[in-house]
Amino acid sequence: RIADDRSLRYREVRRIAYFNVGGRLLLESIEETRWSNVKLEKNKAKQTPLKHSAALHEEAKDFCFLASLIPSLQREIMLQNKANPTINKSTGLPRKRFYRARAHSNPLSDSHFPVPLSPSLVDYSLHYPQLFPSSDRSDGSKKIEFADIGCGFGGLLISLSTLFPETLMIGMELRDKVTEYVKERILGLRVANPGQYQNVSVVRTNSMKYIPNYFEKGQLSKMFFLFPDPHFKEKNHRRRVISPHLLDEYAYVLKVGGIIYTITDVEELGEWMKSCLQNHPMFEPLSEMELDADPVVKLLSTATEEGQKVARNGGQTFQAVYRRIKPASQENS
Amino acid sequence: MDGAQMEDFRIEECENDNNTHEDSQMEESEQNNKHMEVAPALISVHPTRNSVAVAVGSDLRVFNLLEDCAVILVDEAGGASHNDSIRGIKYGANGKLFVSAGDDKLVKVWSTESWRCIATVCSEKRVSAVAISNDGLHVCFADKFGVVWVVDLPGVDKTQAPLNKKAVPLLAHYCSIITSLEFSPDGHFIVSADRDFKIRVTVFPKKPLDGAHEVQSFCLGHTEFVSCLAFICTPDSPQGILVSGGGDSTVRMWDIISGSLLDTCAVGAKAQFESDTTEGNCSTVTDICTIPACTLIAVAIQSLRGIMLLSCDLSSRTLSVMKVVSIIGENFVPTSLGSSISGGLLWMVTGASKLRGSDVSSLSRVKVISGFEKSSPDTSEQEPAVLGDSEIPGGAKLLEKLQGSISVDEKVFLAAADAVKTAMCNLLIKKQYSDEKREFRKRTRNDRKSKH
Repeated sequence: RIADDRSLRYREVRRIAYFNVGGRLLLESIEETRWSNVKLEKNKAKQTPLKHSAALHEEAKDFCFLASLIPSLQREIMLQNKANPTINKSTGLPRKRFYRARAHSNPLSDSHFPVPLSPSLVDYSLHYPQLFPSSDRSDGSKKIEFADIGCGFGGLLISLSTLFPETLMIGMELRDKVTEYVKERILGLRVANPGQYQNVSVVRTNSMKYIPNYFEKGQLSKMFFLFPDPHFKEKNHRRRVISPHLLDEYAYVLKVGGIIYTITDVEELGEWMKSCLQNHPMFEPLSEMELDADPVVKLLSTATEEGQKVARNGGQTFQAVYRRIKPASQENS
Repeated sequence: MDGAQMEDFRIEECENDNNTHEDSQMEESEQNNKHMEVAPALISVHPTRNSVAVAVGSDLRVFNLLEDCAVILVDEAGGASHNDSIRGIKYGANGKLFVSAGDDKLVKVWSTESWRCIATVCSEKRVSAVAISNDGLHVCFADKFGVVWVVDLPGVDKTQAPLNKKAVPLLAHYCSIITSLEFSPDGHFIVSADRDFKIRVTVFPKKPLDGAHEVQSFCLGHTEFVSCLAFICTPDSPQGILVSGGGDSTVRMWDIISGSLLDTCAVGAKAQFESDTTEGNCSTVTDICTIPACTLIAVAIQSLRGIMLLSCDLSSRTLSVMKVVSIIGENFVPTSLGSSISGGLLWMVTGASKLRGSDVSSLSRVKVISGFEKSSPDTSEQEPAVLGDSEIPGGAKLLEKLQGSISVDEKVFLAAADAVKTAMCNLLIKKQYSDEKREFRKRTRNDRKSKH
């Protein structure tokens, strides 16, 4: 029981540290407990209010480590957050009903989220703190290889994380609340399972516009498009996440031999995605044998909440799995 | 009621009124902008300087330098060739073709010998950039929604009746206005720049009508919209070195094969020292032009009355500011630059169309800078100098044709420069709304628009 409580408190502290932009709560907690025995160049945290979340993030990272050493501080935080309804007290995982959002989001809008200027500026220490303690990445260090586009509530990523523990993966989601939910979920799992789930993260972004900002040429080995928005009306077909033009960009970030997985329960969309991929010179379909041999293919329809809903309702799914190839005519290798 | 209280109440009311007034004003000005967008004047020079073309608004004016006479454009449709502002003009590298396109959604391809319109292509959306492939077989144009289209021309045949061709999509930047389109010197790549800070380098395939699917690289690094592209031709890299200018007041040099940024030059900051105006923000780079035969790059910057010359060191692959050539005695802020492949002269134009609030609704002024004859190691021998009106090739006749009149009222140019600056900012810089305004817009947006 004591072990559970401590992990709960640790998670709470980390959660506050990460997601409360108003650093006041954090600072008040620090001030109220006396912990002068802990050497803190974060003494400055006591004095200056931290307005920017980036600065707070730095403080929070160190704070989280130290907080686990200070029982009195943990108790303090715990008391203050007793009545937080958004987290399930027993599992430490977020409650979905507080993170509900519309299924549909407009991909054309220029929302307000930061976008990295180029792939080398993606902060891996923010997403994978245990594997990348500092923001500086050497040239030979690991890079993200799996990308779940429109990851929703994160079902697929969670399954993939334990299936491929050595691979870095990321989910991209346009909706604000849903991204928050996935963040909480990952944090909760990281705390409850030390050492695991360190290779998975999520980012809020418009993947139709900014994929080249996150990934270098030929960086990814797998891309997932599970149950994308069908955009039924013909005038909205251009908003679909799989389209002949966008496939150029996906082919750019996928390495030769990399695989793109798509699945949907809408037949027309399934036909559309299949024909886009079939007609694109840089993709070829996987053979039946290869599909059977790939463990990921089974996850497509079972791992996500959307997939489980379709199965519950007895619906049919249409999948298209293609491999990135070199185009037939190549002047420059 | 207390006097002070009443005053407070009134002040509150006034503040509310101001907010809504501001909102409605903003809505109004947005509406106005859609219909009456100021268009900058454009200039383009024939590769071997046979002719010079200037576009002001919907008017396309060409002067034939070989025969020293104005050109009458022949268009089967008759009348003015374009119905709305021209947004892009370009000569093909082989000198046989010329393309013009703009807000009237028409792309017109002209033969540079007969100046007949040999093909007209209809575009679904307004066109923002044009380019002709080096072999003259394909014309590409980009629309405001981010799609680059391609049309094939079977071969210039003067006797053929003008064709109405259908364009097919070549590639697309998702939902972004494409500001510039260029072919690499060897014709292997087509480079497109957009308003979302991105430059995309795509392999131009042997069969462009099937689409250009292979992306060579993305040149990422600009922190604001990219406004213009140009290539430096070097003997050791056939694909050339790409230079780009943007809304972040920088000129950047790229290796298009890898997409890596070679060097950055913060021209906006340097221009501040030179120009007398103390404008803060919008010192966007409006146009860049490489001057062949010497590795110089001419840069036109908003609010700079003249041009800035950058020199490119090919061995170290760096950019540096060489000098600023100011235009004295005139309020001349160039809106477009051009030069021929034979080099020697830099042509500049300033002007705008659809100006509101002045007697003249469209105007343009052409000037020339000379002094780029050969790439001498000692550049002080060849000082770039602004030519007087009588010294430019074509002289008064050229000015009369391209400007519409020999002399133009100076005061109007300041207003024109300002109008062009505002129009560019409105178009390319994403509007930042406050949270309340965003919520307001979400509530009142109309999702049932039938046309986009």
